[in-house]
Amino acid sequence: MSEDIFQGYKGKALDILKKYNVRVWGLAQIQTSRGNFSGTVLPRSETDDDKHIVLKIITGYNIGIDTATILDMKETGYQKANYKIPEKEFPYTKGKPNVKLLGTGGTIASRLDYRTGAVIPAFSPGELYGAVPELADICNLTTEKLFAVFSENMGPEQYKALAIAIGKEIENGIDGIIIGHGTDTLSHTAAALTFMVQNSPVPIVLVGSQRSSDRPSSDAALNLMHAAYTAGHSDIAEVMVCMFGPTSDEYGFLHRGTRVRKMHSSYRSTFRTVGDVPLATVRRGSVTPIKKEYNHRRKDRKVKILPYFEEKVAIVYYYPNMQPDMIDSLVDNGYKGIIIAGTGLGHINKPLYPAIERATKKGVHIFMTVQTLWGYVNMFVYDTGRDLMNKGIIPGENMIPEIAYIKLGWVLGQTSDPDEVRRLMLTPINDEITSKEPYNGYLIYQGGVPEVEEFIKQFRK
Amino acid sequence: MKNNISDDPAQFSPKHNYEKTKKEVGYVTRKKAKNTDYQRIGFMSGLEVHQQLKTKEKLFCRCPAGIYHDHTNYDAEIIRHMRPTLSELGEYDGTALMEQKTRKEIIYRINNKTACTYEIDDTPPFKINREALEYALEISLLSKLNIVGEVHITRKQYLDGSIPTGFQRTAILGVEGEIPLKHKKVRLIQLSIEEDSCREISDIRHTRIYKTDRLGMPLIETVTYPELYTPEELKEAAQYIRFLNRSTGKVRTGIGAGREDVNVSCKGGTRVEIKGVSHNKWIPELSHNECFRQWALLNVREKLSKKVQNPENWKIQHIEIDYRDYDLKYQPIIDGLIEKYRIIAVNLPDFKEILSHFTQPGKMFADEIADRLKVIACLEKPNMTHSEEIEPLIIQDNFEKLKAQFKAGENDAQLIFWSPDADIKTALEVIEERCKMAFDGVPKETRKAFGNGTTIFERVLPGADRMYPDTDSAPIPLEDEYITKLSKRVPTDIIERYNQLKQWDVPEDTYTYIFRNNLYPLIERIVKELKLNPKFVGSFIGHRLKFVEGHFKSANKFDYDKLFDLFKFLIDNKLELNLCKRILPIIYQYPKMDFNSILTSLNFKHVPHEEIISKIPFLKQKFQEIRISKKDEVAVHWIMGELQKTAVGNITPEQLIKAIEK
Repeated sequence: MSEDIFQGYKGKALDILKKYNVRVWGLAQIQTSRGNFSGTVLPRSETDDDKHIVLKIITGYNIGIDTATILDMKETGYQKANYKIPEKEFPYTKGKPNVKLLGTGGTIASRLDYRTGAVIPAFSPGELYGAVPELADICNLTTEKLFAVFSENMGPEQYKALAIAIGKEIENGIDGIIIGHGTDTLSHTAAALTFMVQNSPVPIVLVGSQRSSDRPSSDAALNLMHAAYTAGHSDIAEVMVCMFGPTSDEYGFLHRGTRVRKMHSSYRSTFRTVGDVPLATVRRGSVTPIKKEYNHRRKDRKVKILPYFEEKVAIVYYYPNMQPDMIDSLVDNGYKGIIIAGTGLGHINKPLYPAIERATKKGVHIFMTVQTLWGYVNMFVYDTGRDLMNKGIIPGENMIPEIAYIKLGWVLGQTSDPDEVRRLMLTPINDEITSKEPYNGYLIYQGGVPEVEEFIKQFRK
Repeated sequence: MKNNISDDPAQFSPKHNYEKTKKEVGYVTRKKAKNTDYQRIGFMSGLEVHQQLKTKEKLFCRCPAGIYHDHTNYDAEIIRHMRPTLSELGEYDGTALMEQKTRKEIIYRINNKTACTYEIDDTPPFKINREALEYALEISLLSKLNIVGEVHITRKQYLDGSIPTGFQRTAILGVEGEIPLKHKKVRLIQLSIEEDSCREISDIRHTRIYKTDRLGMPLIETVTYPELYTPEELKEAAQYIRFLNRSTGKVRTGIGAGREDVNVSCKGGTRVEIKGVSHNKWIPELSHNECFRQWALLNVREKLSKKVQNPENWKIQHIEIDYRDYDLKYQPIIDGLIEKYRIIAVNLPDFKEILSHFTQPGKMFADEIADRLKVIACLEKPNMTHSEEIEPLIIQDNFEKLKAQFKAGENDAQLIFWSPDADIKTALEVIEERCKMAFDGVPKETRKAFGNGTTIFERVLPGADRMYPDTDSAPIPLEDEYITKLSKRVPTDIIERYNQLKQWDVPEDTYTYIFRNNLYPLIERIVKELKLNPKFVGSFIGHRLKFVEGHFKSANKFDYDKLFDLFKFLIDNKLELNLCKRILPIIYQYPKMDFNSILTSLNFKHVPHEEIISKIPFLKQKFQEIRISKKDEVAVHWIMGELQKTAVGNITPEQLIKAIEK
């Protein structure tokens, strides 16, 4: 059989379809103990049960028929749907910047996947142009699909492949790069690329969407336009994350790839720069820097690609009553580096001390970061901190735990010499450690306060 | 101002043309319309009845349902722009593409009490509200629908912004049902459960503002087949469905809680949907006028087909005109010029006698263009004027001059509109598009209803291409056991109730009131449990209660079950039942007062039968003395009058008459 004519059906439902010879996309008339139904048989999501058959009825709605109620069934026709974003050739306009979109997966442009009932990415320039024709007013876009993975499945292999692909594009003279990416680990990839692609002469913009593009209110189109404008026109030649500023369809932020974090599971304005202010705001025709200092766009092509990563690195999120075997098991399993997200200024409990000592003696590199996300590690304030440093833990300043993890992986991919590891980790490449935290680097206003409420009412969130 | 109304038959008069075309169409007012008129134009209609469910919470989040705020009572605003997306079957929907043209900025006002991050699409849906699902299933069973085996939440695209996600979450619960009317059965296509939409605050130019209090409240939609063939039948079906919904006691009442979309077509016409009719009494007039509007548009098509050989080549011509070259003393144009609007003149080849063609009472074909200019090009009205105005807005010479400039033919018509630069392109497209549609007859539209029975264009009628499975929700199985359990709870059919009332001899003019307020169960309970005469109870409720409700104000919302308590009180205290009529206005106004206090306030005294009857001989003698008449009836009448005050509540009039006549 070349094609699955019972797409997604299994068990009882599959038996019934076979018994009555009705295919997926077949027009069916079904007699049941609850009355008669008719419509087109749709594929069924693999994760759903085997007790129902899905029908699209004439009014366009979908319904499920309980197989236990089916008395008779008949296929009276066949009509396969072709779900396809209209492809139009992306127009080339002389004088507009050339931008490359590297695809990794994610929901920037997507379509329905019957196998899972969820959405899968669509990607070609033609499809993107069909969905967001405004892109052609901004730049000349070409695309390359590097992988099709969900954000949570991105890892070292993908980071390295991306870095190499970016290097090639820069060498070939591209004016800017966009990376389409799922949002869950967008900041991890942004950090990895900051370390692996250094001294870029052009903007490298990571972009995703919090609402898939198959919904009319999706943030995908606007994010993509912002990213295209940034990549093609902005003067900021850094690795950046470009996502909604407020939840309203108004403007986006450009976040430095080493200080950004996803802060809400579903909000559009989920990405926030932590411990600093964002690089800039972006609208459909302008980038307005917030930070005065950034790496400027250059004409040369002198980019450094450093595609290294040691996979045996872990983050340990400390909790009260953590047992030493948590650390031991990492060491026994050959881990070479550990980032601890400690409490407060960077603390863990005493019972872990021997385990830490054992680990560092075995040559495992351990760095301390803070669970509070904002603020610096300071292990001098309390004795416990001093003890820990004596046992070999190195304070990681104000590195965000996940960023520290990515950096340690990158560093250990190059060296295992303790002094060199320490030096590389504590020498910031692009603000993963900052020398100071500005007073407006930490702003989580609490709702309910009259002044805050007034502010929210006047300025769209 | 020069007038172009002329009695000279040689000269074209828009007014005469309007009246002439009205006659050609055979328009009659609804009052004068007979069934044969509706047969002549092939009146066909169906209903989509929306009804809010009386649940505590919204359908897909835990915000409270049924709390409403003023326009200015909000905590935050959010902006969204909507983009069309593909349907499941890979098509773009026509409405979606139209909304895309309007380039609207949509602003949502959010009040923390009634909306959360779900309403503004920043949080995925929570599990469906089971209370709502249950109520909706009960109504589905009552509507004799085939209940689905599994509920699939579907997204139905709405790009007007009335829902921040850009789609409504909706699901079919049953298909193929029926409702019985007095003389026929009407089949139902389906019943769905869905989220209610935002309430519009304003829609001016490219900004539309909504509030989100109503958004997400559970709603059901009952859809009939288009098999209602007169406006009256249509109304009867609407009433029946409304009463059926109310008979469960699980739906909301009050303004906006029940709304109808009315689908109408005429013979050779097309389905046009009149949206959001909140009063059933408007339905006959609206559907009547819509059917004739379509009939009129077919007449327009007929006329155009005689004038234009190749409609596909038909094109408008336009030029920008300078206000200094023309005499445009019309305030909206002057206001526009201040806003840097440009003035565009358009030539419509062969559209003479079309612009002033009758469409609806007080409306002509030109209004169809103006309505679309408002909705699609976002030009606020008045947004245009033309060569066939009945009351000209600018002097006719302007059009003579335009004709010369366009080198227009004798049969051409002209219009002038004023618009900001950015909207001119869309406006011209809209004008050409609407005119070209006239060659095909009746465009598929949804139309907005007005109390005077007319409608205006609202948007292009959406089709099945706007449906998409909701990838955020899993299907919900409906097992046989659960459905059986629910079907035991379902109330009796409205038609059975109707027949029962008839059999009880309850006057028919009370039925609407009884069903509207779902008072049948109360009547039944009083009749069954207190063994009272159904005709008496029915009339008391259908006439007396209705009167009291219309003339007095209740301190709280009046709980109709009080009436059961009232009758029980009268029976338990062996009081005469007619006393209920005196008590009702008081208990209605002060529902917290106890019955004894009410009696005291009425100066009621309990007097035994014997004591009342014992006064009769004395009164008979007294009547003999005053001797106003010889007739016996007069005597009875006079004595009744004398005793009335004491009698009411203690003895029935019948008993009293008997005692007097002895």
